[in-house]
Amino acid sequence: MKKDLISITDFTKEEYLRIMELAADFETNPNQELLKGKVVASLFFEPSTRTRLSFETAISRLGGRIVGFADPGSSSATKGETLHDTIKMVSNYADLIVMRHPLEGAARYAAEVSSVPVINAGDGANQHPTQTLLDLYSILKTQGTLDNLNLFMVGDLKYGRTVHSLLQAMSEFENPIFNFISPQVLQMPRAYKHHLEEKGIRYFEHEEFTDIISEADIIYMTRVQKERFSDPMEYEKVRNIYILKNSMLENTKPNVRILHPLPRVNEISTDVDNNEKAYYFEQALNGMYTREAIIAHVMNLK
Amino acid sequence: MNENSKKKLKLKVSAIKDGTVIDHIPAKNLFKVISILKLDKIENQITFGTNLDSKKLGAKAIIKVSDKFFEDDEINKIAMIAPHAKLNIIKDYDVVEKKIVVIPDKIVGIAKCFNPKCITNNEIVTTCFKVISEAPIALKCKYCEKITADDEIVVL
Repeated sequence: MKKDLISITDFTKEEYLRIMELAADFETNPNQELLKGKVVASLFFEPSTRTRLSFETAISRLGGRIVGFADPGSSSATKGETLHDTIKMVSNYADLIVMRHPLEGAARYAAEVSSVPVINAGDGANQHPTQTLLDLYSILKTQGTLDNLNLFMVGDLKYGRTVHSLLQAMSEFENPIFNFISPQVLQMPRAYKHHLEEKGIRYFEHEEFTDIISEADIIYMTRVQKERFSDPMEYEKVRNIYILKNSMLENTKPNVRILHPLPRVNEISTDVDNNEKAYYFEQALNGMYTREAIIAHVMNLK
Repeated sequence: MNENSKKKLKLKVSAIKDGTVIDHIPAKNLFKVISILKLDKIENQITFGTNLDSKKLGAKAIIKVSDKFFEDDEINKIAMIAPHAKLNIIKDYDVVEKKIVVIPDKIVGIAKCFNPKCITNNEIVTTCFKVISEAPIALKCKYCEKITADDEIVVL
């Protein structure tokens, strides 16, 4: 049976750890010709330069060739071809499909239609599992463990798919503590808090972004987007509250690291960038090793 | 409801000789039940009553289908909109068997996902949901992973 990666919950804890092991191996030796002679289809039905470059670099470093498109304007989707037909055709040509699509569930459907493995590079607001795995790798690398960590998630916790998936993945490990910092209207959805309660995992909710971060091992920042607010006044009230400034890091733990899925707008002041606790650019680089690891895993190359 | 009033109710919708009586359908979902069971596409004699008094449901509906006996997996499809439905199998005017509906673990091709951005609402894809809660019913879409709640369920 072929292996796909559509949703972070498709993988077990053992598979997360296997990906971490492989990512570390690719970090030591990024150029390994494991995909030599193979063709990978990179289908971006929605533009995402960052994710696409990360994937395509990973594929290139594995020695694979890439076919595909970077935006839907240059695909047959503009002629009205269904996703079903595009995937049927492409899976005849390629050995692996990496896809990003604006509709939720598109990747799961594509995996059903495709005869070759599918890796979801983001399906609307639903899932972006490779982001979660690179987050896990970044946490493991900086903390030396995925157990007993205190994670602070800050900003838009309601719509942010990255924080939802990271919560699901981290809840598989020993004894995590979650701290959620967000305006009331963007709180972590009930379903995810319920998931933690069922697993007996502690979590705390805060509206204020203050020195409580002194307990953090990881601070995961997200963007508070204007379009999430129906009332513009509500946005104006909170827009400057959830901003991390360098001065706020003074009393934090020495091992704390700041993560952010990027792109950043203003939620992390640029004066944080030179602090050794800032980790978001390294995190993006870890993405490439993690994606090499994911490709190797789903295609049984290692 | 006592035996007497049950009898009176039966009088409101005439008795059948052989077939199936589906009782305790929430009145508001009567036509959805008809559509799921494709009763609008068969030639059998069908009588139904709706907005009948029910202590449990407020207003209930009842359907009597002559000469029709449903398979379990067919009848269980209505469980998501009529979880308290009860079936009486009638042979020669007598109730020979009683059945209740059981909510299946998976609901395939009947319900619509409430999420307008779900692939199933944008391309021809057979919907598929996992039943994650029975009372009130909640369906998790296999594709977009969003949860369609009780009051959002629309039958395709």
